[in-house]
Amino acid sequence: MSAFAETENHFAGSNKLFMSVWIWLLLLTGFEVFLGYIQLNVVMMLVILMGASIIKAALIVAYFMHLRFERLNLVLTIVPAVVICICLLLIFFPDSFRARQLRYTGPTPASEGR
Amino acid sequence: MAAEADVLVDDWGGGVHPYRVGHRKLGMWLFIMSDSLTFSALLITYAYVRSSNVWPTPFKFYPSIVFSSVMTLVLLSSSLTMVMAVSASAHGQKSKARTWIILTALLGATFIILHSIEWNHLMSEGLRPFQLLQEWIERWPGSTPLFGATFFGITGMHMFHVLTGCIYLFVVAARVKNLKHEDIEISGLYWHFVDLVWMFVFPMIYLLSIDPKK
Repeated sequence: MSAFAETENHFAGSNKLFMSVWIWLLLLTGFEVFLGYIQLNVVMMLVILMGASIIKAALIVAYFMHLRFERLNLVLTIVPAVVICICLLLIFFPDSFRARQLRYTGPTPASEGR
Repeated sequence: MAAEADVLVDDWGGGVHPYRVGHRKLGMWLFIMSDSLTFSALLITYAYVRSSNVWPTPFKFYPSIVFSSVMTLVLLSSSLTMVMAVSASAHGQKSKARTWIILTALLGATFIILHSIEWNHLMSEGLRPFQLLQEWIERWPGSTPLFGATFFGITGMHMFHVLTGCIYLFVVAARVKNLKHEDIEISGLYWHFVDLVWMFVFPMIYLLSIDPKK
């Protein structure tokens, strides 16, 4: 137990580091809001926003949630499993393009008496 | 004991504490894993419904987006105060940690209040989980009423997590003297996770639904 007790209060990272991570998160959020303001097309927006959000999520997990300072063992247990499961969830997504084709695109139903 | 210490030096050694975290912290990580899948499923379902339908994009840059950006700022700042709490607790300054934790919970409460104002605003305009505003139906003909369902469903689920987090943090703040450092760190893990989820909810729900007409 002694080895565990010694490291129990291990705490890496200074307040300065956390401040700079926080500032980075704010900058990325500001960038995202700016993109919303200038209005790109929706696919472009989605790709850039998701990219920025993944960077933000990585910063939060690595520094705020302290995962960067944990054992590699723990990181490899948590991260790949979640990433793979989320990618598997995305399998259903392309079906939405098929579902889109099924939508009625003519005049509004009321005017057609449908 | 000495043998065990040697085993623990090596990352792949395993031993009694293969992850070098307590069982509660490991439990919180496992909960976060499952909860992140819950939110992923919600957001991917939202993406599916949105991509297969006409979708209204009703949020005006001002006030809606500016308002939700302030909410994001509040939540991000609460994460910073939580880090400060964990840092103070690591250095054994329990009462300082308590102040930071209470500040974090208050910022969380601010987030809930701001979000309630936003909900109240949309509901007073006539948005319901399965019903759009008449004005939106005219502007986006054939648009799906599921807009309300995904909006209230996802943000409501997130707000529920913030609320639970606030209660959790107040309990931790009240008992801070009896808790070990790791217990405070665990409450921090939960709080940062709630913040992390918002980093996906905010762009997907708000920033992708900005009204093109300024």
